[in-house]
Parts: sequence; structure tokens; C-alpha cells
Amino acid sequence: MADAPTIAGKGASFDVTAFFRRYAALTALIVLLAFDFAVTPNFASWQTLNVNLTQVATIVIVSVGMTLVIATGGIDLSVGSLMAIAGALAPLIFLSPFGRAHPGLGDALAFIIPVAAAGLLGMFNGWFITRFQVQPIVGTLVMFIAGRGIGQVLTNGNLQVFKNPTFQFIGLGRILGVPFQVIIMLALVAAAAWTFRRTLFGRQILAVGGNERAARLAGVPVNQVKRWVYAISGLCAGIAGLVVVSINSSSDANLVGLGMELDAIAAVAVGGTPFTGGQASVVGSLIGALLIQLVRYTLLANGVPDAAALVVKGLIIAGAVWSQQRGKFT
Amino acid sequence: MSAGTATPAAPSRQSSLAWAGQQRVLIALVLLILFGALRYDHFLGAYNVLSVLRYNSMFALTSLGMCFVIMTAGIDLSVGTTAACASVVSAVLSPVGLFPGLLGGLATGVAVGAINGFMVTRMKIQPFIATLSGMLMASGSGLLLAHNQSVSVSYETNFTWLGQGDLLGFPTPAWIAGLAYVYGSILLNFSSFGRYVLAIGGNEEAARLMGLPVDRVKFWTYVQSGVFASLAGVILAAQFGAGQPAEGVGWELFSIAAVVVGGTLLTGGVGSVATTLIGVLLLGLIFNVLNFENGLGWISLSAYWQSVVRGVFLMVVVMAGSGAARRAIRAA
Repeated sequence: MADAPTIAGKGASFDVTAFFRRYAALTALIVLLAFDFAVTPNFASWQTLNVNLTQVATIVIVSVGMTLVIATGGIDLSVGSLMAIAGALAPLIFLSPFGRAHPGLGDALAFIIPVAAAGLLGMFNGWFITRFQVQPIVGTLVMFIAGRGIGQVLTNGNLQVFKNPTFQFIGLGRILGVPFQVIIMLALVAAAAWTFRRTLFGRQILAVGGNERAARLAGVPVNQVKRWVYAISGLCAGIAGLVVVSINSSSDANLVGLGMELDAIAAVAVGGTPFTGGQASVVGSLIGALLIQLVRYTLLANGVPDAAALVVKGLIIAGAVWSQQRGKFT
Repeated sequence: MSAGTATPAAPSRQSSLAWAGQQRVLIALVLLILFGALRYDHFLGAYNVLSVLRYNSMFALTSLGMCFVIMTAGIDLSVGTTAACASVVSAVLSPVGLFPGLLGGLATGVAVGAINGFMVTRMKIQPFIATLSGMLMASGSGLLLAHNQSVSVSYETNFTWLGQGDLLGFPTPAWIAGLAYVYGSILLNFSSFGRYVLAIGGNEEAARLMGLPVDRVKFWTYVQSGVFASLAGVILAAQFGAGQPAEGVGWELFSIAAVVVGGTLLTGGVGSVATTLIGVLLLGLIFNVLNFENGLGWISLSAYWQSVVRGVFLMVVVMAGSGAARRAIRAA
């Protein structure tokens, strides 16, 4: 189950259709890029690249954690709510009297505490799921419902507006012209891909997702692995929450991360990570998110209304997953 | 895998599990109602009871459709946006009359449900992704049809009766939801379709080998879920006087929560229609009780606390259910 199924017939022959099915999302992305360069006005510009990468960064950051969770055969519905909590906490910290009195320390804590809190709540998800043997959908549904409420209660549902260049570097800063959140995104994708390829933890994740009972018998600390993937998913969501509020220069717990769980899950699915667990492609999730983003951008840039873009997004998700499955069964 | 995954070969174990779950939620509901009745003056007053019923009938309908889908070990994320899309269609058709509006709405649900069912049974896409895709399509279609704004319904015809009217002293939506649950209960307990649903959810491969029409049954559960969701959408339009393309956000997760609180396992094969209704009422009444509590003036909990309370409640139910499941299995 580890990799591409061997295609019956001559070992050296290259099956073009099978290749395109297996790399459906990548193929679609390349076709779409070619189309954009040919048709979409002003596509070949730095600005277009920056706009698209900036918009996709938060989805990819969340998708990295989601890929880990889905690789264990789980799912995390709570990411959007955890983003709201992290987004609500950060301004509370640097706008507090303490944060104002010690700007440097305040800003540092405004990064650390929200991300740590999101990670701990993610860890709680993992604990709840493993301790009570709850299905991941239900287990994380609890935090999905309660989490946004916690964010709203923290801020009393109010919009927090702020201007804090140091803190907002995470969403607005650039290094050598590259938006900082894009660097975070690439770093996380690289770290997760490395984890799967090279580390014991990565192999343990795939083992748990592939066959939990066998993994347990083989001595894999199944519950511990699961707790950590949910914690990592929470950490990623926390970072994404900080990026979103930085971009907006405001934090609204009612809106931050709304619907993010489904966007991230869609990106992972389009990227070719199966829901049954045991396999994962972090780069695939990146490609999936890029594809969904670029489809929307292409449609909007060519004058198609946003609502129609939603319909197309639905079709793309179903089509990509369908073609990958056919690729697997043939 | 959940500890509640009873083998389909042991029906007695399943039914004892379901029975334990039913008792639990029923007791919780009775306690909550008793608490409310003793603590607040107008809790059991006609006005409160009827408005709770009128409002929650929409969630009752989406949860009923969801319940059947979940019993086949599937899931339907599209119920909220199906309702939104159907509310727009019925609002557009409402000037023609009550029935055209109703039928137009229902046709929307059939269409979305059939697309979902097709994706799940023919294209073999996992239900979560298939219905996520259906969710986006329904949402986009509704917004396109409504040009991104709400569509007011006609007050010339009697369309609004479906949401605002009464029949024999009870709100029309409550009648609709009540009849739907009677139908659902009969379907699950006394029809071969209902038995097939449970058999498929228990062990799909075994059901297939037994010669059950697995794909057809699954297809119809998605169509049925679409129909109930669109009925909720019609009621939404009639109750609030407008088709609302952006409504329905999060309804799918509320419905899943209600089904879970009702003791139906997401692994499929076990479930009950009646307890799903109790689950809906429990989640709805928590909000109601919080409102009354604020009215007393002792504490002032903002509306935001309700999601925290709901989440914690769901957690407690799941924890209790998990304990019950384990004990039942140990006893069997």
C-alpha cells in the first residue's frame, strides 16, 4: 500500500493515462496555469503571484496539520475554531496594559501564547479521542462548537482593531520580497514532508493510519502518536489564525477561520491523501490548495461571479478525488 | 475504531446499546425540562413551547435525513446549503402559490441528494468529500439564483402558512417535522428499507454478499436527506419571509451533533429516529434555558456562551455514551 500500484504489463512501459490520473491535481494545475498565461489579463506579474500565494498561505498552513491527522485515519473539524481562539488571544495580549508597558515581551508573548494555546487545545482533542475511543469527527466537533464560543467569550464578540507592525510582520512582512506567511507555509510543508520521509514519527503516523491494530501490536505508541498529530494540527491552526488577524489588522472571533476546516480538508483530498489513512502527501496538499485557489482566481479574473466559482470548486474537488480513485483501482 | 463498533452478528448487543443510549437522552431531556419548568415562570407557557417547536422543526428535519445517512455509515455535509438553496427556489416560486413553492423547494433537495448519491455510489467518492462537493454546488447555485441577496417571499399567496401558520393550535412546521419523524420511524423499524440501511451500516461488504441492493439503498438515503433538508429550507423561507442563500452555515454540524447526542453511532449500523428528535430538542432547549437564565438577572451569560455550553454538553454525552458502550460490550 506504500506507493503507486504496479501497473500490470511490461514493467518499463509508461502508462500515460495512469500517470495523469495519479497526478490529476498537478496536471490540472499545470493546464490551468497554461490557460492563465494565455488568456487571463495581467496574469504574468509578481502582483498576481503574491496575491494568490498570500491568499492560499493560511489554507496550506492548516492543511499541513490536517494532512498529518488524515494520515492517521482521523479528521480535525476544530481548526477554524482554534484559529479564532488564537486570533482573539493575540490582540488581547499586546493590547493589555502589560503588553503596552513591555512592547517587546508583549509581542513575543502574543506569538507564543496563542499558538501554544491552540496546540494545547489540539492536544486535548487528541486526548479526548484516544481516551474515550471517540470517532475523530465527533471528538473534534466538540471543539468546533465550543472553540468559536471560547473565542467569542474572550472578546465578548467584539471586533478588536489594532496597529502593531512588529506583530503584524507575520502577515504583512516580507523577506527579500517574499511575503512572510509564504515562507512559513513553505517551511511547514518542507518540515512535514521531511517528517514523513525521514523520521520515526512520520513512519509511526503512517503505520497508525494503515492498520491501527497492527501498529499497536508492533509496539507503536498509537495513542501518543494520535495526540501529537492533533496537537500539531492545533499549532498550525494557531499560526494561521495569527496570520489572518495580522492581514486584517483586526480580529473578529465570529469570522476568523470560518469554514477553514472544509477548505483544508478539500485541499488534502484534492492533493491525493486518502481518508482511510496510511498514506500522505504534504506536497499534494500544497498542490491541492494551489489548484483550488487558482481556479477561483481564474474564474474571478475572467468575470465569472463568485457564486459560480463555488459550484466549479465543488466540481473540481469531486473530479480530482474521483480521478485519483480510478487511478488506484485500474 | 470506536468501542461501540458492535459486530453485526450480535443484534441483541446492538439493541441493548441503542436502548441504553435512548434511556440516557430521554432522562436528560426530562431533567432539562423539569429544571426549566421549576426555575422559570413561563418556560412551559404556550408561547415558549410553540416558538421552540416552530424554530427547531427545521433542525429536526435536517437531522432526520442526516440520521439515515449516518446509519449507512455515511455523512451528509450538504444539508445546510441545500436548505439555503431550496429556500431561494421556493421564495422565487412563492408568488405562484403554496404548492409550487413547496414542490420547487423539494425538487432542489431531490436534485442535490441525487447528485450526492451518484457521487457516493457510482463514482465511489467518500461521503465526506462527495457531500462537501455537493454542499459547495448547492451553495453556489442558491447564491447565483438569488443574485447574492435574500429573496422576499410573496405574502399574496398562502405560502407563508408553511412557516408562520398554525394547524389545530400547533405550528405548521412542527406538524411537518412531526409527520416526518413518524414516517422516519416507520421506515426504519417496519420496512425492509430500514433493515437494509442498518445492515449496510453494520457491514457493507456482508450486506452486499447477502444480495442487498446496497448502492440503491445508499442512493435513496442521500436523496431522502436532500428532501428533508429542502423541506427545512422551504420552512425557513416561509417562516422568515425570505429565501436566504447565505443561511444554513453550520446546520450540517448541528445536525450531526444532534444525531450523535441521540445515540446514533457514526460508524453506522446502529441508530434510532426517536432519539435523534430528542437530541435536537436537547440542543435547542439548552439555548432556550440560557435565555431564560439571563432573563432571571442573576447572571448575564452572553449569547456566545451557548456554543461553549453546547460543546461541553456534546462532550459529556459522548463521554457518557462511550462508557455505556464499553459496559454494554463487556456485559454481552
